[in-house]
Amino acid sequence: MCRNLHQVAERVEALGQFVMKTRRTLKGHGNKVLCMDWCKDKRRIVSSSQDGKVIVWDSFTTNKEHAVTMPCTWVMACAYAPSGCAIACGGLDNKCSVYPLTFDKNENMAAKKKSVAMHTNYLSACSFTNSDMQILTASGDGTCALWDVESGQLLQSFHGHGADVLCLDLAPSETGNTFVSGGCDKKAMVWDMRSGQCVQAFETHESDINSVRYYPSGDAFASGSDDATCRLYDLRADREVAIYSKESIIFGASSVDFSLSGRLLFAGYNDYTINVWDVLKGSRVSILFGHENRVSTLRVSPDGTAFCSGSWDHTLRVWA
Amino acid sequence: MAADPARPPGSPRAQMPHLRKMERVVVSMQDPDQGVKMRSQRLLVTVIPHAVTGRDVVQWLAQKFCVSEEEALHLGAVLVLHGYIYPLRDPRSLVLRPDETPYRFQECYDRLHKKISHVWDLVLMQAREQLRAAKQRRKGDRLVIAFQEQTYWLVNRPPPGAPSVLEQGPERGSRTASHVHMTKSADFYTREIEYCRRALGRTRVKSSVCLEAYLSFCDQHGPHDPLVSGCLPSNPWISDDDAYWVMNAPTVAAPTKLRVERWGFSFKELLEDPMGRAHFMDFLGKEFSGENLSFWEACEELRYGAQAQVPTLVDAVYQQFLAPGAARWVNIDSRTMERTLEGLRQPHRYVLDAAQLHIYMLMKKDSYPRFLKSDIYRGLLAEAGILLETKRRVFPFTRRPRRSSPSPALLPTPVEPTAASGPAGGDGVA
Repeated sequence: MCRNLHQVAERVEALGQFVMKTRRTLKGHGNKVLCMDWCKDKRRIVSSSQDGKVIVWDSFTTNKEHAVTMPCTWVMACAYAPSGCAIACGGLDNKCSVYPLTFDKNENMAAKKKSVAMHTNYLSACSFTNSDMQILTASGDGTCALWDVESGQLLQSFHGHGADVLCLDLAPSETGNTFVSGGCDKKAMVWDMRSGQCVQAFETHESDINSVRYYPSGDAFASGSDDATCRLYDLRADREVAIYSKESIIFGASSVDFSLSGRLLFAGYNDYTINVWDVLKGSRVSILFGHENRVSTLRVSPDGTAFCSGSWDHTLRVWA
Repeated sequence: MAADPARPPGSPRAQMPHLRKMERVVVSMQDPDQGVKMRSQRLLVTVIPHAVTGRDVVQWLAQKFCVSEEEALHLGAVLVLHGYIYPLRDPRSLVLRPDETPYRFQECYDRLHKKISHVWDLVLMQAREQLRAAKQRRKGDRLVIAFQEQTYWLVNRPPPGAPSVLEQGPERGSRTASHVHMTKSADFYTREIEYCRRALGRTRVKSSVCLEAYLSFCDQHGPHDPLVSGCLPSNPWISDDDAYWVMNAPTVAAPTKLRVERWGFSFKELLEDPMGRAHFMDFLGKEFSGENLSFWEACEELRYGAQAQVPTLVDAVYQQFLAPGAARWVNIDSRTMERTLEGLRQPHRYVLDAAQLHIYMLMKKDSYPRFLKSDIYRGLLAEAGILLETKRRVFPFTRRPRRSSPSPALLPTPVEPTAASGPAGGDGVA
């Protein structure tokens, strides 16, 4: 009989009372915020929305630093380059475009735009790899792909999902060359970036998987789904080891991320709330109210001092 | 449930999981024994039967799901927002008030028929009332029907500017994706067979070992997690003071104790921190094995570099690290060297993977443990001070001005030592 994580963690000390509040509210988008990403400098973020606007903020001061309007609506994916000098975004235009960030007032950001990825359906997620020169994308056409930014060349494509791919995350492993993706076929698949092959697949969710995120050690990943649960899958044991759910949580989880030590799992839901889970014990530590429409995106900052959530209520909030 | 006329009834995506679950909750709320207290509510001068109060709804939810009143109020509000419960006052705003405000449950005959037989009596009663109302047109019933209809329209056709709870975002599961699924060609099955074969052969680690690993990882990293253990001198987002970031900047004169401790957790953590990596490079220099780390860095640059640079980079790495008599020759076992040289005939970005892994393991198993025992590392650990939390500000009203920081996009890009240029003196070889 396989034990799960919560049983083994019974001897672990329970966490104390958690008081997390909104510390910054970023207002400026005129429509639903769909995606956001942190810069490595731990304070800047890029966010994208339904009306095509992509904004770069210094969220510590709440100042907007850059803004560009995409020629399409529903910009569902955006990412900050590791150097902090560029951003990538895409959505219903089926493409992923890279914009170098410039402070030159005479230069139009849109003019330097580089069109990198081309899919046959909407772009749902994108991420730079370890450098500014490669981008990994996920699309509603059921595939993921790795691209060379400079030339726009397709380096590798990943086929296997039976429906739209909605999310992806790169593994933080030391010899790293894998990533995980989740889709509407209820499957989470782990891929080898070199060969394009699926290495492992997990199918225990009962509905679309909206978000996947690796546990900090790289040995596991969490997923959030429309079935209102979040689950933890262990890569070495090759199975699901924990479920995070509660009868009173009915709406789908749209976005998940771990705190720095992996002890906490933050999940944004379509019922406008954020639930904080004790990863080891499986209990719900805290529920955060504040957003006035569904939470669509959530990321913990690179140094783990806060996390940012974006919502269909047009705002982003930084919590700590 | 108030059906969405825009969706065809047979459409597979019509019944979303959260709607089914809400229906189950509402049905159990109407259970004659275990459900919410029903009573006749007085609405001005008319009496409405089979109504519930907002307060009773909140308390029932709090008890049933063992949650706080705040959360029960939120859950009830969501049910009202979706039209499952409708208010008998102020029908323009679908809000749940936790007081004596009366509410009723929306009707859904066909689903109740199919699933819950114990509510049949209630349904029959409501149906008889509707029939009687149609015949007699009692004022109470007419009011109920009017409120019911108003709620239905508020949910399904919200006024301009108001958010629609039924909006789902761009359609998923479109034809293109199902086309991907439908073409189960020979290629698809070949991949499936290959995948299954590999899955059968894969070594799995015992669950007990894996599960324990989470406990020890969280335990080890817990004190370093600002959201779990706080951070000193203060969390910048809470205190508006960026001192924590200044103290932990990538290149700072004196690294904090916590930071230096993390370098001891794993080789990966040491390399990820630019300062840790720099100190490790110094250490390797003293042991005349700096070329290993330089080689590893050059391989990383190749793996993640631009496609157009691949041939140049491969050649540069070969000349500097692998060629016989190379300036910074790395010591790889003969078999790996043979395979690498073979692969160099057709260079691609992964051609050095085997050699890179060999050198990485060498550093991890040999140099890294010695680094942790070295004077350099021990010295850094001892020097790093422990900080005191900043004293509370005397005047809590003064807001600290939030210092801005220059965007990375403004800073000149740092010149990295490339495989081609090669840093001097790292391993003492000219």
